[in-house]
Amino acid sequence: MRYSGLKVIKEALTGHKGWRPTWRNPEPKARYDVVIIGGGGHGLATAYYLAKNHGITNIAVVEKGWIGGGNVGRNTTIVRSNYLLDGNGPFYEMSLKLWEGLEQDFNYNAMVSQRGILNLVHSDAQRDAARRRGNAMILNGSGAELLDAKGVRAMYPFLNFDSARFPIKGGLLHRRGGTVRHDAVAWGYARGADLRGVDIIQNCEVTGFRIENGKCLGVETSKGFIGASKVASCVAGSSSRVMEKAGMRLPIESHVLQAFVTEGLKPVLDGVITFGAGHFYCSQSDKGGLVFGGDLDGYNSYAQRGNLPVFEDVVEGGMALIPALGRVRVLRSWGGIVDMSMDGSPFIDKTHIDGLYFNGGWCYGGFKATPASGWCYAHLLATGQPHDVATDFRLDRFRHGGMIDEKGQGAQPNLH
Amino acid sequence: MIINHPILGPRDAQEFIYLGDAALIDRPDWQADNAAEAFHDYLYLRDNPAGQHRELWFHEQGDRSWLVVTRNTVTHDILNVELARDVARARGRSK
Repeated sequence: MRYSGLKVIKEALTGHKGWRPTWRNPEPKARYDVVIIGGGGHGLATAYYLAKNHGITNIAVVEKGWIGGGNVGRNTTIVRSNYLLDGNGPFYEMSLKLWEGLEQDFNYNAMVSQRGILNLVHSDAQRDAARRRGNAMILNGSGAELLDAKGVRAMYPFLNFDSARFPIKGGLLHRRGGTVRHDAVAWGYARGADLRGVDIIQNCEVTGFRIENGKCLGVETSKGFIGASKVASCVAGSSSRVMEKAGMRLPIESHVLQAFVTEGLKPVLDGVITFGAGHFYCSQSDKGGLVFGGDLDGYNSYAQRGNLPVFEDVVEGGMALIPALGRVRVLRSWGGIVDMSMDGSPFIDKTHIDGLYFNGGWCYGGFKATPASGWCYAHLLATGQPHDVATDFRLDRFRHGGMIDEKGQGAQPNLH
Repeated sequence: MIINHPILGPRDAQEFIYLGDAALIDRPDWQADNAAEAFHDYLYLRDNPAGQHRELWFHEQGDRSWLVVTRNTVTHDILNVELARDVARARGRSK
C-alpha cells in the first residue's frame, strides 16, 4: 500500500473503498536468510533496516499474536536521549536522531512530536546530579538545559512548587525529547519491510529451535519448521521463555509495569514531566488524555496486569505534583511485561550458539530505542560485528565487569 | 496480593520488600574450584519462569522475617508461604 496526497483526496471523494491492507499476510517459506522472532517495534525495525541498509530481503518476521500487539502497543510513547553513561549515551542519541527523520524515511505518519521532557529536581544534591547528567547529554549532542524554579514555573505554573516534602527547585529540560504515536511505529516499519519483500507471519508461535552441533538451523513453529541461516530473537518481555527453548538462562527477570490514561481534557500539559522523587511521570496525548505511569510493581510477573497498591502510589505522586488532577477520571490502566536486566541496560549480541542472535533486556525503556535497536541489530546480523554505538550491550558483560548500571543499583532488577 | 504469613496470618503484599528467586538461598561455596563461575551464575542468571516461582519476600513493615513465597507469575496466585529460615535449615544453610 502506497500513500499520496492525491490518493487521500480520491478516497475521500469515493467513500474510502480503495484502501488495501498495508502489508501482505503470507504463509512461511521453507527457508529464509534471516528469521526474526517477534513482530514488535524492534523486530520490525530490524527487518526494515536489514532490507534497507544491507539489502537482505529474504527475511521472515514470525509473531505469536499480531504485530505491534506487545510492548510497542503498551508503552507511554516517550522518546528521549537523556542518558549518563558512555555505553548508553551515543546509542540513545542515535535513536533520537533516527526518530527525527523517521517519518520521511519510511513515509508514514508516526506523529513524532518533540515537546520536551522536564525532569524535576527538589534538592541541591538532585540539582548536582541533573547538572552532571545534563553535561553528559550535551557531550553526546543530545542537548540539555538546567532550569531554576522560575524557569519551571514559566513552563508549568500549575505544579505544586511549595510542597513541604518535595518543593520544586528546578529541572533538567531535554527539549528534543517528546512522544511518538507508538502503533504507527510498528505499522510504518511493517509496511516499509513488507514493501521490500520481508514476510511478516502473524499467529505463528515459535515452539523451539533446531540446534545441531552448536549451530542453529531454524525454528520450530506452530506453522511447521522454518529454516534460517540466522535466527534473531527479539521478544523483550518474554526473552527468558523463548531463549529457554535454546537451553539458555539469561541475566533477566520479567516484571510488570503499569500505565494509565485519563479521560480527554483540553490541552493542559504541553510536554512530558517526570517527578522521579514521587514515582510519577505524565504527558498528554493528542486525543487529550493524560498518559501517566510510575514504578514497576516490583515482583516477577508475566500477567500483563498489575495490582492496585502501585496504582495508588502512582496517583498519589500525581496528586502531589499536580493537585488540579484531583477530579480527573482515569479511563484505562494496563500492564506490560518488561525484561528487567541485571544492570538496567539492554543486550544486542550473538549467543554461544552459532547463528542464534539475541536482542532484549530493554527494561522499561524499549520504545525510545526502537529505531537504533533495529539499526544496530540489523548491523550485527548483516556484518557479524556490533555497531559502534552498541558495543557494550554484550550478553556476557557481567562476567567481565562491563555493567552499564545507569542507576547504580547493582544486580537487583526490580530497582532499576 | 495477600501473603498468608505463617506466624502473622494474611498480610497485604505492600508490607513486604521483594528480593527475587528463592534460589538465592543456595549461595555457592566460595572455596570451590569453580567459585568465580558459580558466583557469576548465582548473582546474574535467573530461571525467570512463567508459572510457579519460589521467591524471597522480606516483611519490612511487619516482623522483619524473610519468607519463601510460592507464587504463580502468570496469575499472581499465592500457593504456599514458608519461613525462609525453615527452608534454609532444611537445606543445611543455617543453624
